[in-house]
Amino acid sequence: MRHILSILVENEAGALSRIAGLFSARGYNIESLTVAPTEDATMSRMTIVTSGSDDVIEQITKQLNKLVEVVKVVDLTEGNHIERELMLVKVRAAGKDRDEMKRLADIFRGRILDVTDKSYTIELTGTGAKLDAFLQTIEPGVILETVRTGASGIGRGERILRI
Amino acid sequence: MELTGAEILIRCLQEEGVEYVFGYPGGAVLNIYDELFKQNRVKHVLVRHEQGAVHAADGYSRSSQKIGVALVTSGPGVTNAVTGIATAYMDSIPMVVITGQVPTAAIGQDAFQECDTVGITRPTVKHNFLVKNVDDLAVTIKKAFYLATTGRPGPVLVDIPKDVSQQKADFSYPKTISLRSYNPVTKGHAGQIRKAVQLLLEAKRPMVYSGGGVILNDAADQLTRLVHLLGFPCTNTLMGLGGFPGTDPQFTGLPGMHGTYESNMAMQNCDVLLAVGARFDDRVIGDPAHFYRADRKIIHIDIDPSSISKRVKVDVPIVGYVGDVLSEMVKQIESSPARPDPVALKAWWAEIKEWQRKDCLRYDRNSKLIKPQFVIQKLYELTKGDAFVTSDVGQHQMWAAQYYKFDKPRRWINSGGLGTMGFGLPSAMGVQLANPNADVVCITGEASIQMCIQELSTCKQYHLPIKIVNLNNRYMGMVRQWQEFFYGNRYAESYMDALPDFVKLAEAYGHVGLKIEQPRDVEGALREALAQKDRLVFLDVITDQTENVFPMVPGGKGLTEMILAEEL
Ligand SMILES: Cc1ncc(C[n+]2csc(CCOP(=O)(O)OP(=O)(O)O)c2C)c(N)n1
Repeated sequence: MRHILSILVENEAGALSRIAGLFSARGYNIESLTVAPTEDATMSRMTIVTSGSDDVIEQITKQLNKLVEVVKVVDLTEGNHIERELMLVKVRAAGKDRDEMKRLADIFRGRILDVTDKSYTIELTGTGAKLDAFLQTIEPGVILETVRTGASGIGRGERILRI
Repeated sequence: MELTGAEILIRCLQEEGVEYVFGYPGGAVLNIYDELFKQNRVKHVLVRHEQGAVHAADGYSRSSQKIGVALVTSGPGVTNAVTGIATAYMDSIPMVVITGQVPTAAIGQDAFQECDTVGITRPTVKHNFLVKNVDDLAVTIKKAFYLATTGRPGPVLVDIPKDVSQQKADFSYPKTISLRSYNPVTKGHAGQIRKAVQLLLEAKRPMVYSGGGVILNDAADQLTRLVHLLGFPCTNTLMGLGGFPGTDPQFTGLPGMHGTYESNMAMQNCDVLLAVGARFDDRVIGDPAHFYRADRKIIHIDIDPSSISKRVKVDVPIVGYVGDVLSEMVKQIESSPARPDPVALKAWWAEIKEWQRKDCLRYDRNSKLIKPQFVIQKLYELTKGDAFVTSDVGQHQMWAAQYYKFDKPRRWINSGGLGTMGFGLPSAMGVQLANPNADVVCITGEASIQMCIQELSTCKQYHLPIKIVNLNNRYMGMVRQWQEFFYGNRYAESYMDALPDFVKLAEAYGHVGLKIEQPRDVEGALREALAQKDRLVFLDVITDQTENVFPMVPGGKGLTEMILAEEL
């Protein structure tokens, strides 16, 4: 099963490699990993999307907690949560396809950030599934380049992760 | 007061009460060595290879309640130390390793003797630090000692660039420290403890299985009280020997791959298993699926939550210091009128006695060749079970664990987790320094001893009167045994051709060497060696080449699928 882990970690050199190293050393999956400092610059917030059986996820959580620099770990998928990912995609947009591409971006609530006479660069946010859906809708040959951030997540309602 | 980084480091070590630093100098640590030179509170032990420094610090930690410290230079100093660090990590041994690094400005430039120390050692330490600013040095050292010794202990490494050890800063050593991201759960959950006690009191076929956690947490007394109070059988893992007295009638011997028949049968057939500071290692439970198939309830006390339900799902997990949890259990049982069902317990013991009748550690006592088991038994008798015994890795290690009975904790020193050949001699140096008046014996094999043989020179320099018992079977015996059992007697590269004359070798290093070739000479030679209180004696004991370690649970098999001696 797919899980989204939210991690508060000391903003120290090496913390990221400790976490990434843990996943590779123990053979856990990383689907995506995002990290940036929080409002408190001494701490970073990381979102890791991983997958595994309940036993594996339990071990991942325990192993993460064991790392000295990890302050807190929460499995967002255990409760209601919001998940968002940002994608920038550059597509071929020339001739009669140009309008169609614009319409499609609108349908997915995308924004066109950059335009040339042959291409659009579109910004899209949403769940990973929505971004996948967008890419599947357009012809593969039309896609020139994609870049995705990986998911960030936060609990819904009163669920708060802080120290 | 302004001090240089090197002065600060030494002051920190003094504040921590560090008695010995085991190390080896080099460019990146010269500032530190210069400060060591100028004082005499922290004594330096010069090893002959950095692996030896770390093993010695490790043996020092294991055999005392103090903490070993190692000091090595950058680059090759660090890479040589890695085996030692990984060894300590696998067995959760508290230790602080100080490493020199190239100057901060040179980091990343492929400087001479540069390596990414923090990167290389990361998976083998509890934590590590690179100190980039001399102002952070004292607090980092404080953190290192704190992390190494609290929670689940382990080695912590501090990498100090050469310019940092030179720069000056105000020195004050923090009295205490806390880290917001590090708060190990140390006190067992009261409700879980009550549940566990309930289960123990209702058990009909109970078994207690304890490991290294009991030794590390100095909880042998608490464990012994609990086991006596309940009247249950008890097994100690290779890391846990001495946690419960080896001569106690309730002790059933080792569990696992080379465990006794009775321990393994009881582990599998019990209805309640109390695991204390043990981690259901593959060498202990065999095939986890086979182990789990048995219908029993498992209580697991451990300081590390990630050890719980890692390999085997347990019913009552208790996270906390094992000593405190055991004390609480004893208290609850003592204040309760309930006791385990005596009839059921009697029947269970009868079953265990029946298994014991297999006499699974039997061996040929009339052999014309020296049986390694016999040597260990004699050693046990002559030292009255009171020696500190270190070992290397192989058959000799298993025989030592099987035939030397440890009544006290911290007497049996071996690399259980990583299984590091070369550990025996250097760790014995640390043991001897921590216990200057004790008999320290290193039980080894002719292959293992050669992995750190250079430390004989260190032993000479510091007058360490270690007794080395080299069970010389002219084979990498444990490898040969696997090849005999599982590879059709094809002894690929497991014969040690061109062995040195160990007697001459010992003499060349300034020690006493003795070669023993007849069973009748074993006792006398051991006596003679042990009588030499101020000399290192190297006993080269020529043993039966074909002897194997029994019982044996082949890799991947179930715990009760043991090969016993008579079956071959
Ligand atoms: C550093 C290292 N290399 C290889 C091994 C694999 N290994 C385990 S036991 C063994 C043979 C040990 O031979 P010896 O020291 O003579 O002891 P014996 O088994 O004969 O008692 C080997 C090679 C190891 N444990 N450690």
